[in-house]
Amino acid sequence: MDKVLNESEGHFFSSRKSTSDIKGKIFVGLTQLAVILIISILFIILAVIVYQGRSKFSWEFISSFPTNGMTEGGIFPALIGTFILVIVMSIAAVPFGTITALYLTEYASENSKFAAAVRFSVRTLAVVPSIIFGLFGLGFFIQFLGAGADTAFNGGELRWGQPNILWASLTMALLTLPVIIVSVEEALKTIPRELREASLALGATKWQTIKKVVLPGSVSGIMTGTILAVSRGAGEVAPILFTGAAYYLATLPGSLSDQFMNLGYHVYIMSTQSSDVEKTMPIQFATTLVLLILTLSLNVVAVIIRSRIRRKAK
Amino acid sequence: MNSESPIKKTFTQESLKKQFRLSEFLAEKFISMIAFLSIAIIFLIFIFVFKESLPLFSFGSDAKAKTEAQATSANKPESYGTEPEGDLKPESYGTENAEDLKPESYGTETTKDLKPETYGSEPADDLKPEVYGDAPKEDLSVPAEDESVGAVSENQEGSDKTWNTFFTSEWVPVSENPRFGLLGLLIGTLKVTIIAMLIAGPLAVLAALFTSCFASKRVKEIIKPIIEMLAAFPSVVIGFFALMVLASFFQDVFGYDSRLNAFVGGVAMALAAIPIIYTISEDALAAVPKTYTEASLALGASKWQTAFFVVLPAATPGIFAALLLGVGRVFGETMIALMATGNAALVSANPFESVRTFAATIGAEMSETVFGDTHYSVLFFIGSLLFIFSFALNAVAEFYVKGKLLKKFQGK
Repeated sequence: MDKVLNESEGHFFSSRKSTSDIKGKIFVGLTQLAVILIISILFIILAVIVYQGRSKFSWEFISSFPTNGMTEGGIFPALIGTFILVIVMSIAAVPFGTITALYLTEYASENSKFAAAVRFSVRTLAVVPSIIFGLFGLGFFIQFLGAGADTAFNGGELRWGQPNILWASLTMALLTLPVIIVSVEEALKTIPRELREASLALGATKWQTIKKVVLPGSVSGIMTGTILAVSRGAGEVAPILFTGAAYYLATLPGSLSDQFMNLGYHVYIMSTQSSDVEKTMPIQFATTLVLLILTLSLNVVAVIIRSRIRRKAK
Repeated sequence: MNSESPIKKTFTQESLKKQFRLSEFLAEKFISMIAFLSIAIIFLIFIFVFKESLPLFSFGSDAKAKTEAQATSANKPESYGTEPEGDLKPESYGTENAEDLKPESYGTETTKDLKPETYGSEPADDLKPEVYGDAPKEDLSVPAEDESVGAVSENQEGSDKTWNTFFTSEWVPVSENPRFGLLGLLIGTLKVTIIAMLIAGPLAVLAALFTSCFASKRVKEIIKPIIEMLAAFPSVVIGFFALMVLASFFQDVFGYDSRLNAFVGGVAMALAAIPIIYTISEDALAAVPKTYTEASLALGASKWQTAFFVVLPAATPGIFAALLLGVGRVFGETMIALMATGNAALVSANPFESVRTFAATIGAEMSETVFGDTHYSVLFFIGSLLFIFSFALNAVAEFYVKGKLLKKFQGK
């Protein structure tokens, strides 16, 4: 069709045709170039990290402690710390995110100002820089809640009023809340109206409908949200910089009031504050590789589940 | 409502219904309450980030807010050792009426070594620095505290002085005479943001245009998830890549002096911003009604003419919003800035000089500050600026797009 148009155009304005054709090719070429550039950068990053990190990457690396002033050994405690972080984070964020999404899709009326405000704040939460969450965690969780709890229950003895896993996880939960809300909301919207109406027509109340019909139908959506949130939480470093991540710990964290090591933070300090950056280069690349494998594979799983939900909706 | 229907067990059903109504009511209230939480979080973030920077504003007006802030902060872990009271306060002096001040700020000390007449003055009439200079020292010598307190208290200057240093270019937070020149940081942040947006903006928008206008359906289904996969790269990974690979590569190519600089940081941040800009502008382009495209094609325009002169202009508000959110992302990006920009607060227009951004400053220095210190407050103040900025960007993006796009596509 394109061709036909151009040809007929050329018939009347033959001088115009060629310039417009060339211009068109340049423009389209530019857009193609942009896509190719972005995708190739992405693969270059992947390739470099895989290539540089593969020599050190092994089971032993994953399952052993760092030794010799963190210039040798593995990343086991960082990995475990990251796991604990995302688990506690999910426990906090998933129920809240799901319920908020439920409110937005099931209860909020179309023109409700309140719902609009909730939506706006969710989107704002999604764009607030992650470092601000770190500051908030420090100001609210640690200084306000933690220190307050210490004076109230511990007689001023320092336990919660310092950086630890709990506060870091809660900070991270706030950061990942919008991710969960958006995914669950999307999943809830794909549940056909007819199902809800059928349930209501059978005499079920709204809450019963939600519990028996809507929620079971959106399990995969909640899962997608959780996975995406975990992937995000595993990779973010800024919020935990001063809410709980530790440079080096000889033991695994034993309770929620302990500090923890974290993969992303490990990469950061190893590459900027290590005593011998050159020597630990393979470790750094391998750690980055582990982190990347973790976040990307989680993301791929989420994308697959999500595309399934979408297909089902169609 | 239909319980009136002629069923035999109306009675039991009715009573059942009442119970259900109560639980329904509770469920609904509970759910709305949780939903309200996300609004509350936004407020809490602002309040608590801003609260910690309040000591900076203690000149003149709100003594109440300050006392509140300090009351809650009195029991801080990081507050040096035995007596938090004495050294938490000093930032507040020099600013208010001496009567207010003394009981508050100098709690344990004797008030006689403070000269009321020097302190009592309003913030407006400038206090002479000399007066200031020795005031903290007197203060210092009185409480018997360990030497960390000494280091801290030296930084305790009046808010006026802190504010005066804000508009200079020197960022020397830890010294005898700390200066908090935000200018250098601002220029650094702007420089990185501009570089990143100059790279990310065109690339992402062009890629979005290709995806929505030129790509076949199959190609689209491959490209889109791949580019969006870039969003899954943790920023620390991108920062690490920039630090280890990009920095050396660019240095080889361009041959500049400082290995880590605004350009390297900008390129790395562009990588972080591309998926955001791409996704949102792709959505905006896809939302342009098909009738636009068809009308244009029917009038004899070619495919690319339609894409550039019809679809792109129609989606401008959405693309604008996408760019704004991209700016927000770059502006607040911490890890990449920390790792790849060199972290030196220089004032220069050269893109190949090291810079220090606002976010990186917070990230790098927060863990080294002492609670309640001026430095600590300044960092929180920068944090509130960042928060307000990203909030405003999001609000503009949201309302501008909603207003413009809806008007446009729904026929006014």
